[in-house]
This record gives sequence, C-alpha cells and structure tokens, in this order.
Amino acid sequence: MAEYHFPLLTALIFFPLGACVVLFFLREPARVRVFTLAASLIELGLAIPLLGFDLGTSAFQFVEHHAWVPAWGLSYYLGVDGISILMIALTVALLPLCVLCSWRYIENRVKEFHFCLLFMTSACIGVFCALDFVLFYVFWEAMLVPMYLLIAVWGGPERRYASIKFFLYTLAGSTLLLVALIAFRIAGGTFSIPELMEKGFSVQLQTWAFLAMALAFAIKVPMFPLHTWLPAAHVEAPTAGSVLLASVLLKMGTYGFLRFCLPLTPVAAQHFAPMMIAFSLASIIYGGAVALGQTDMKKIIAYSSVGHMGFVTLGIFLFNLHGAQGALFQMLNHGITTGALFMMVGAIYERSHSRQVVDNLGLSSYLPAYIGFFGLFALSSFGFPGTNNFVGELLVLIGAFRSNPWIGAAAIPGAMLAAAYLLRLLQKLAWGEPSKARGWKDLNGREWSYLLPAAVFVLYIGLAPRIVFRIIDPSVEHLLAGFRTETALAMPACPKARAAGMVQGKTTDDPVKLSSIVRSPQGGM
Amino acid sequence: MACRVEWILPELYQLLMILVLFLWSLGNSRWKPRVDAWIPWAAGLGFVVSLFSFGARGMLFADAYRIDALSQFFKAAIAFGFAVTVLNATRQQTIEARKKADYFLLLALSALGLMILASAVELLTVYLAMELSSYSLYALIPLRDREKGAAEAGIKYILFGAVATGLALYGFSYILASQHTSYLAELAGRDWSWAASPLAVVGLTLFLGGFFYKLALFPFHFWAPDVYQGASNETATYVSTLPKLGAIVLLIRLTSLLKPGLEITTILAVLAALSMTYGNLAALIQTDVKRILGYSTVAHAGYVIVALVAASTQGMAAAAFYAVAYLLMNLTCFWVVCRIAPDGRNVELDDLNGLHRRAPGLALILAVGAFALLGLPPTAGFMGKLFLLTSAWDHGYNWLVVVAALNTAVSLYYYLNMVRHAYTQDEPLRPAPALQPGAGFGLLWGGLLAVLVLAVGILPAPLFQAALKAGSAILP
Repeated sequence: MAEYHFPLLTALIFFPLGACVVLFFLREPARVRVFTLAASLIELGLAIPLLGFDLGTSAFQFVEHHAWVPAWGLSYYLGVDGISILMIALTVALLPLCVLCSWRYIENRVKEFHFCLLFMTSACIGVFCALDFVLFYVFWEAMLVPMYLLIAVWGGPERRYASIKFFLYTLAGSTLLLVALIAFRIAGGTFSIPELMEKGFSVQLQTWAFLAMALAFAIKVPMFPLHTWLPAAHVEAPTAGSVLLASVLLKMGTYGFLRFCLPLTPVAAQHFAPMMIAFSLASIIYGGAVALGQTDMKKIIAYSSVGHMGFVTLGIFLFNLHGAQGALFQMLNHGITTGALFMMVGAIYERSHSRQVVDNLGLSSYLPAYIGFFGLFALSSFGFPGTNNFVGELLVLIGAFRSNPWIGAAAIPGAMLAAAYLLRLLQKLAWGEPSKARGWKDLNGREWSYLLPAAVFVLYIGLAPRIVFRIIDPSVEHLLAGFRTETALAMPACPKARAAGMVQGKTTDDPVKLSSIVRSPQGGM
Repeated sequence: MACRVEWILPELYQLLMILVLFLWSLGNSRWKPRVDAWIPWAAGLGFVVSLFSFGARGMLFADAYRIDALSQFFKAAIAFGFAVTVLNATRQQTIEARKKADYFLLLALSALGLMILASAVELLTVYLAMELSSYSLYALIPLRDREKGAAEAGIKYILFGAVATGLALYGFSYILASQHTSYLAELAGRDWSWAASPLAVVGLTLFLGGFFYKLALFPFHFWAPDVYQGASNETATYVSTLPKLGAIVLLIRLTSLLKPGLEITTILAVLAALSMTYGNLAALIQTDVKRILGYSTVAHAGYVIVALVAASTQGMAAAAFYAVAYLLMNLTCFWVVCRIAPDGRNVELDDLNGLHRRAPGLALILAVGAFALLGLPPTAGFMGKLFLLTSAWDHGYNWLVVVAALNTAVSLYYYLNMVRHAYTQDEPLRPAPALQPGAGFGLLWGGLLAVLVLAVGILPAPLFQAALKAGSAILP
C-alpha cells in the first residue's frame, strides 16, 4: 500500500462542511447555487487522487489514524477498500448533479437547502470511510438531520408525516446498533473495525449483535416488511432528496451488512441467512408487485427500489463470490440508475407540476430527448443486456442458482416484474394520448448536463464492467475468505450454535441438521 | 489541620457575592445602579475563580468537607451554570425591578448550597447543604408577576420538598442507627446487603429518596413538570439544571457504597428504567415546551443512573461528563425558550411555529439543543450517552442499557416536535410576542452555548479527562 501523506479522506469529508460555513455569508439565491455547484465540482476534483487506489490489495488504503478520546478508546480512523471506494465515488459524483437538478425546483430558502445538501454529502462520505465504530455511528446518525430537513422543509404536501416517519424508523433501528457496538467494544476491547474483524466473538454475542445490527441495516435498506417509510419519504422529498436517498442512503444499509455483519458476526450471519434470504425474496417480489399497481411515477420508482435492494441483500447472504460481486455491482448500479430516474421525474415535474403518470402522457413527439434518456434508464433499471444493471442482476442470479436453484427460481419473477412495470410506465410516457404535453420544451442544457453523465455510466458499466470487478474483487475475496475461515472454526462449537438456535425460538437438538444448515451455502466459487 | 484559602475559593467568592447582593437589596432602590448591570460579570468571574482552585485537594472541617477532583469539577460546572442562568435572568420581565437583587440573592444562595453539597462527605453536612439550596428555591419559584400558577408551583415544590426532606432525615436516622457513623468514607466499608443490615438498606433507600426528589427521578418526579410550568421561564432554567448537578455529585459519592448485585443497586436500576420510560412517554403528549423539558428531565435522571449502577471509575466519569453535557444542552434549550417569550409567558409548541423565519438563529440554537438532548451526534448529548452506556455494559445490567437505548427512539418524537414546529410550520396560532430589542444578546450567548454543545460532542477528550480524574477521586 502506497503511503499517502495528504489527508485525502479528511479533506473529502470536511471540504463540504467548510463550504457550508461560507454559505452563511452569501445572500442571493443565484450566487448560492453557483457557489455550491463550484464547491461540488472542487469536491469532485479533490476525489481525483482516489484513482490512485491500489487494485492489487484488499487492505484499507488512504488510511488516517489519530487519537480522538484516548481514555475511551475512540479514534479518528479513516480508510477505504474496494467495498467503500465505489460508494464514495458515487456520493461525490452525485453532489453536482443534485445541485443542478434542484436549480429551478427549489425556490424558497435556497441557502438552507444547499446547506443540507453539503452537510449530507459530508456525513455520507464519512459513513463509508469510517473505520472506527463510533465514528461510523456519528456519521450514520449525523446524516439523519439534514435528510429530515430536506424532506420536512422542501417536501410535498404530506412532508411532515413522511419526514417524521423516516426519522423515527431509522433512529429506532440504530439505537440497538449503538448497543451492539458497545457490546463489541467490551468484548473485543476496541472500537477499531479492522481490529474487531480479526477477533472472534462468542456465538451468543454474535447472535444478539447480528439481530441488533440487522434491524438497523434492514430498516435502512429497506427490506420488507420494514420498508414502509421509503415510499412516503421518496414521494414527498424534493428531487435532490430522493436522489440522495435512493442512491446513497439505502446503500448504507447494505454497506453495513457487508462491513459489519459478515466479518464480525459470521456464524450468526450464516445461521440467520435463510431468514435474510427469505426477506430479500419477499422484498423483490413484493416491491415489484406493488410498483405495478402505482400511478405516481415516484412511487413506482420507490417500490422498484425495494425490489432492487432485495437483490442486493440476496446477493450478500448467499455468501458466494458471484452473489457478493453482484450485490456490490447492484449497489453502484442502483445508485446510478434510480438516481437518474428520480432526476427524470423531477425534470418532468418542472413542466407538468404533477408526478401522476396520467398527467405526463405521450411525450415522445414533444420531448424526444427526454424519452430517449428515460428509455435508457428504464431499460437499465430492469436489467436489459448491455446496461449496468444486467451485469449485477445476472451475477446475483448466478450466485442464487449456485447456492440453491429454488432461491434462483424464486427471484426470477422479481426480475420479470421489474420489466413489466417499467415497460408499462415507459409505454404510457412515450406513446400515451398526449394530454398536456403539447408545447413543453425538450431538455435544456442544464438537464442534459446532469443526465448525460449518468447515461454514460449506465452504458460504460454495462458494456465494460471489468474495471469495477478489478476494484471490488480483492476486497470481496478477502471478505468471503475471512467469513469461511471463521464459520469453519466455529463448526466444532456446536453447543454454542445450538444456543443461537434457541434464541431464535427453536431447539435444534439435532447437531447434524444444524451443521447442514451451516454448511449448505458453501457451494459457490 | 492546615487549611488554605484557595481550597475553598469558589465558595468564598460565592459568599462574597451573596453579601454584596444582600447589601444591594437593602434600602431604597433609587440611588443604586441596577443589579443586572454587574451581576452577570460577577457570576462569570465566579467561574474563572472556580477554575483557579480546580487542582486543590484537601480535607476540612473535621473531615466532613472534602476538596477533591470530583468536588472541584462540579463546583466549576455549578459556577458556570450559575453564570449562564444569571445572565439569562437579567432580562426577566416577570419580576419587579426592586425585587431583582433579592432574586439574585436567592439564586446565589442556592448555588452556594450546591457547591457545598459537591464537597460534603458526611451525611449531616450533605443534609444541610441540600436544605440551603432548597430553601432559597422555595422562595424563588413563586416570584413571578401576573401568574397565579407560580404560587401553586411554589406550594407544590415546598410540600413535595418537605416530604422528601422528611424521608431523607428519617432514612438518615436508620443509617446512623445501624451503621453507627455518618461519614461516607466509613460507610463505604460497611456491608450494604439486605442480609447483613436490612435497616441500613431501608435507611439508605429513604435517604436517596431525598435526592431523587432533587433529581426528579420517578417516582419523585411529580413536581417537576408543574413547577417548570408555574415558575417563570428563567427560574425554571435554574431549577431544571443546577440542582441536578448537586444531586448527581452526591449520588456519585454514594455510589462508592453500591456494588453491582446489591439489592439497593437493583432498586436504583429499576427506578432508572422506570424513570426514563415514564418521562419519555409522558413527554410525548405535552404541548407546553417547559413541561416537555420537565419530563425530559425525568428521563435524563434515569439515564444518569445507568452509569452509576456499574459502580466503576468509568461509570463515575461518564456520569460526571453527562452531568455537564446535560447542563449545557438544557441551558441551550431554556435559553431559546426565554428569548422567544420576552414578555415572560409560557411557551406552547405552537408558539414555536415559524421560528425559522422570525429568528433563524434562535431556531438553529434550539435545534442543536433539542438534538443534543435526544442524543444525536455530533453533540455533547451523544458522547455523554455513549460513555454512559459503554460504562454500564457487562456489569450485570445489560437490560438497562437496552432500555436506555430504546428510550432514545421514544424520546425522538417530542424533541423532534420542537424542531418540526420551528422549521416546518409557518404561522403561529396566536400572535407571537415581538422579539425584544437586543436580539444580538440572545444570539451571541445562545450561539456560544450551542457551539459549546457541539464542541463537547466533537472534541470531548479534554472534558472527559477532567471527568475521569473526578471519577477516580472516588474509586481509584
């Protein structure tokens, strides 16, 4: 690992905060927008040294380690690996797009809006960089307030309900995460995540900690049946809020599974994998089925998120290479595609002032460029070959079939449902009977500028996914190798595993059966 | 025994201030400059003075008065809180100008009692210090013009206080009868299990009751919301912050008697769980901001106890840290409450509507205070809670930690409600009082408090080191 002396990650986290402070001294909305756009582009420039990421290792890179509260073992510990670097890149890249897509949409309290955007970005990057458990938690929670304000202040008519629901769900989930991290601190003697990964924990601790963490992360993802905050929040949030929510916030849940649940609680993760897989499949099918029945464009995309994130969690809990690769791919792809779809809804909302499908029919003759982009993103969203989602979804499905054909078979209808609701939406938007669309202008330069980058990435990742594989593979392989050794080590400790079973409510008196549960998803590779 | 003046410098300074205030309150007011012109500076100087004796260590007055890291830590905190409450009270409208010197005299007396309480290590001394701080409050609470509720609150506080004091004295007699000493240092060596001396356990429980009353711990909390609502905003600011510090410091000292697993520790743990749950649930349905903060006090009293049941150095340090964090965040919230009601009325949730337009700075300060009380990072409230919960884990009370964590989720709603009214509602239902001239005053000091809340949350190490030293004064 190359020594890197400039505190790159600190700069990435604190530059937007510094920009927040400067915002206080600006008055005119136009200046605020230009300033935030400039700041976001500088932030993007700051992230360029991340390209120096060493592809050959699974170790954490760009590490910064300083004491924070030495008496309590807290440290300011940052670093990235193949799992987090893509998420950081995604967050940094989305910021200018969010500023651009709010250029006209946000008219009141412009300064505060951009303040929230910048603050959010800081916290999100912090979540993906933090290697100290408490630092992670600080960023994880700090992000709630600006997101709450984005929905509650600039949201739609039901914004108060939606924002409180969002806050309550996510905070309720993360309170137990706090307890879990304290338990790890006492049992493992440190808050440092890389050090905790090296340690083994008792099965009982793993079981409880897994359940506590899984609750927090499953709410964030969100997994069925904890998903109900998501459609409300998405529908009410302003465009930039929806984009951040879909592209970055949801990823924190799956990132949490990959960063904490698998390395810290491998035995419990394996034990509860059937449950998690069942919930993932339920999310895929349920999200798709509900999306099919919606008339609000944002709701369709929101429920499609539930389904897509179901693929991610499914991939994670298959514990094989293809599943994990596919999950990481989907995290990135869903961020790009769904973010872009939300921006498209925002763009048409600026013209029709309605998100209902019936108010936006027959756009193909009046807004051909718009429909062109929409078509591309819709195809990408249901995993059309040649687009980015195809790669990820295919990998997850391969992983699922390798693990157990029934799991794969159960996930297939979800993929088909996605095609159904998105094609239906696309068909109406493109060829429905035009109601009001006459006279609307096609995409302007600003809209091109935020849709084009997303479109480029959709096709680039779809056609040449190799670069993403090279980034994620060392870390994924390291993660799975560590996972296998730890679960294999835990095998002789059957009585403890039985205790874990008892926690779940069933008494597994038959050790043979238990070990078969534990062993079964090893088929991959 | 050698006694050096600098050991008790904060108390002496406070006494000096009291004497001057006493003289000020005498005679005709016409020839005197206004008391609120100088008292905030004098109180601020008191904080500086308390820092001078921060490192003092010693025993005084037949070993009944102990100057150690813990007492000096809390004295500095009390002096700081006193300075802020005095500064806050200078703009009080609901008190006649000629009564102001008396008002500050009583405040200063109460704070002196708390300072003595921080050093008292003998039960009678403890009792006297507690009474000194309470008696002045009995007189302070009804001091509010144009409000009948104040008298009701005053009577309620006196009656509840008298009962609690009676209980404490009664318990003290049992402790003396069974353990034959009133010195904490000797009491710490005795056996406090039910099997060994049931009388002592009963006595200690009753004695603690007196302090739970100060701390507003369930089931001694009934006075808190009513008194906060009845007393003037400025008085409520004092009552909700400083006496808690006194109660916490004494509980920290008493914790040296408690070991995890003792019956009395379990009683404490159960009370803590009930207190936080009850406080949070009751706060959910309140509409008066001071009542909300009153019930939030009940909940926070429960949180502090979480650190004490562990009976470890870390636990003491966590409790001391949390006490200061609580002081800061509650002062921040009350500061905003006092500023947005310059005519001294009680603030309803609906009065907060549209605060972001009328006073964006105050709205931001309120948000910082409320999120800190909730325990969101990066505020002092989060760090305090992290230290509390970490210190209590694996000492046999894990369930209490889980209850405390879950309570955060319950409390979210009412804290968020204040922010929600300030930020997302537009028009107040009744005409809002015009913000007083000199809004810069409210912004400057309120902003400073909010910055402190954030600073302690982001860089807690210096304060925590001091708290750790204070904690190891009890359990090395």
